[in-house]
Amino acid sequence: MTTIELCVRRQDRPDSRPYWQSFRVPAGSGANVLALLMALREDPVTCSGERVDPVAFEHNCMEEACGACAMLINGRPRPACSAQVADLASPVVLEPLPRFPVVRDLMVDRQRLFENLKRVRAWIALDGPWDLPVSTPRIAPRQWVADYLYSRCIHCGCCLAACPQFPDADAADAAGFVGPAALAQVRLLNAHPIGRFARTERLHAIMAAGGLSDCGNAQNCVRVCPKEIPLTTAIGELGRASTLQLLRDLFGD
Amino acid sequence: MSGRPVIVVGGGLGGLWATLTIAAAGHRVQLFSLFEVMRSHSACAQGGINAVLDTKGQHDSIDQHFVDTIKGGSYLANQPPVRALCEQAPGLIRTYERMGVSFSRTPEGLLDQRLFGGVKKRRTCFAGASTGQQLLAGLDQQVRRLEAAGQVEKWEWWEFLGIVRDQDGHCRGIVALDLRALGVQAFRADAVVLATGGLGQLYAPQTTCSTNATGAAASRVWQQGARFANAEFFQFHPTAMLGSDKTRLMSEAARGEGGRVWVPRTPGDTRDPLRIPERERFYFLEDWYPAYGNTVARDVAARAIWRVTRELGLGIAGGDRVYLDLTHLERGFVETRLGAILSIYRKFAGTDPVTRPMQIFPAAHYAMGGLWVDFEPDPATGGLRVGSARNHATSIPGLYACGECDYGYHGANRLGANSLLSASFSGRIAGAAVATWLAGLAGDCMALPAAPFAAEVARQEAINHRLRRGGATENPYVLHRELGALMTARVGVVRDNAGLDAALAELGELQRRGARLGPGESSPWANQGLVRARQVLDMIELARVMAASARARDECRGAHYKPAFEQALPADSRPGDARYEAYRARWKDNNAQWLKTSIAEWYPDGPRIRYEPVDTSLLPPEEPRDYR
Repeated sequence: MTTIELCVRRQDRPDSRPYWQSFRVPAGSGANVLALLMALREDPVTCSGERVDPVAFEHNCMEEACGACAMLINGRPRPACSAQVADLASPVVLEPLPRFPVVRDLMVDRQRLFENLKRVRAWIALDGPWDLPVSTPRIAPRQWVADYLYSRCIHCGCCLAACPQFPDADAADAAGFVGPAALAQVRLLNAHPIGRFARTERLHAIMAAGGLSDCGNAQNCVRVCPKEIPLTTAIGELGRASTLQLLRDLFGD
Repeated sequence: MSGRPVIVVGGGLGGLWATLTIAAAGHRVQLFSLFEVMRSHSACAQGGINAVLDTKGQHDSIDQHFVDTIKGGSYLANQPPVRALCEQAPGLIRTYERMGVSFSRTPEGLLDQRLFGGVKKRRTCFAGASTGQQLLAGLDQQVRRLEAAGQVEKWEWWEFLGIVRDQDGHCRGIVALDLRALGVQAFRADAVVLATGGLGQLYAPQTTCSTNATGAAASRVWQQGARFANAEFFQFHPTAMLGSDKTRLMSEAARGEGGRVWVPRTPGDTRDPLRIPERERFYFLEDWYPAYGNTVARDVAARAIWRVTRELGLGIAGGDRVYLDLTHLERGFVETRLGAILSIYRKFAGTDPVTRPMQIFPAAHYAMGGLWVDFEPDPATGGLRVGSARNHATSIPGLYACGECDYGYHGANRLGANSLLSASFSGRIAGAAVATWLAGLAGDCMALPAAPFAAEVARQEAINHRLRRGGATENPYVLHRELGALMTARVGVVRDNAGLDAALAELGELQRRGARLGPGESSPWANQGLVRARQVLDMIELARVMAASARARDECRGAHYKPAFEQALPADSRPGDARYEAYRARWKDNNAQWLKTSIAEWYPDGPRIRYEPVDTSLLPPEEPRDYR
């Protein structure tokens, strides 16, 4: 059992000023950041001996499948559950995920992520959710391997937090950059045998303001994605598809 | 917009299917969730979803899926719903495909299928080893499309607190807590569907379940009069990682794809596992259950691991752990088929399962029991009358339940990869039932008097007020930890009546301490301690019904194992042998007494339990389970 110092940027309400508090938390071997926060909430006393409200944070699956616990850990956006304390420099500095409005302490509101999925029409338009007496088209194993990578998105928001082009929470406007997560879903759905029927609409959505051309190619997104989704490959493929779409728009199919 | 207002609580597979089905019938859905819906625990299901496609040259059949499921659950599941579940599984899979789910493929580009536990056929469709996440994403996209079109309204960051009933006793809405502003508010609806998931947090941290799988919502309606069925049947997954914060799931797919479970033959052998030669390893599942080997049903595998560690003392280094070994399999194959769980193990245990055997132990995983729900059989098919308003109706009119929070499909033990199936299927059946219920419903919830809604809001606000009044001496996180330790120790893989009596006494003490419980914080905004404190109180109520139901059932059936009442299969006997037939006769006598559904009803002084018969109309209980 070792003792870890946590420096946490706290904020009581969305409109209040952030402040910092430090805590010393015992950590067993193999402890991750989430385990520290869970231990802390049983007995939240700061390094200066002040008893305070426990640090608010979001978590659910604790195995990097739900995306809930993403935060800034020593300056890097990542899920707290899979951040092993032994691999982190001390003190461990925790901040809420940037680019999203703070709800409280380390909790943020990621509604923007989901609004952007609506902007790019990240769905397949079924006639209805009932079963049909037909089989669906085959998909080559090679295509499946490529597509599967994009289907691993857990909507944690790390790629958006790391993206210099994704607008800040307070500057957010409806036409701001949609960000790599939504673009990767366009890549995925446009490849699907039924999803491709709406390929043109999705490409038009990302050719509009705040779309593909806002990507500054910083490549931060692909470096921080916990699921190792090749986001910049998706953006490259979409760039070529958009160029072809532009030609189709000008000259017809 | 036309149609009636309906509330769905919970945004995992069950809730999203119910939402899609009810919206497709033209009604307006308000979808409540504790968080953004795709954070739901369905995302954690890894290995796959069962459906008979018979594409692996093994002559699989719907009948065999049905038989495997019924026998796997020790005949305790009502059979018509299971029949319909198996019949509709292939259609469901094709619909998921249309939604864009990235199922793994055969070289011919068809859906691939893998082997899972308790069966002999490859019947499990999968998307790598992240199947639940993929299915949830497909449904989430469909619901988002309806949301963008104004047919569905999401209420994320709200916690369900209770239902509201009209003067006829019909459920006509809910009361929920705004998890940020902490306001308590009533919402009217002409029907309510609960799809609030499981309750593994009763065993925290020794559970594979997400931290929000508290069972609190089911507990709340149980305390409001809904029946709770088969509470004593709770699954312990044989292969969970070790961990002090959580015991993470290592999918049954690891064994389905060829993984082997073993311990060193010598007690306390501390050698590096890679240095232990083959002849000095004990592959106990293969030894004890040669016909099924490592993919024996989960209850059997969990008990075998229990026996080899706790009774034979063969656990690794004498502890609660055995090896789950993939190192003999081809690396590329393992990476393609199981990449997602390999990544989890590497990140959380720090070693690579491709080169070193994993260390695992059973952990609390899945509630077979849950809210009692009705069904209407279809005599023509033996399955369900689809569209009957009785299907998935709880004992409270207008209140439906689907997914893990109901008790419908798995009897005394669930087969692997049947949970994604039952969550999906039941959500859809419940949605269809709601549409029928609404067609026959008189009156409009919007025209009801305000009094019952205001009364329920006041009752719930009083609970918040009591918890926040100050002077509390108990902390919700500490109380939760003690509950988990108690349940793990006394209502676990192996049970005995003395331990269960002690559990009930200790739960009574926890309940008394609950009267002194506070939130552990004073914040008027997004106060997580208040929310957890409320959940813990309701979890203690659920723990009482689980322990009491387990105490009342003096037999061994599926996951409910009381060795004092065990009828062991005679060793080296086969059907036709005198000893086997004598066993079969004893087994049938026991069924005459105990093959029945337990039904618990809430009373202030503790749960009262009675029993109702099981519908065994399609497969009479003639063949005992035998995986040897």
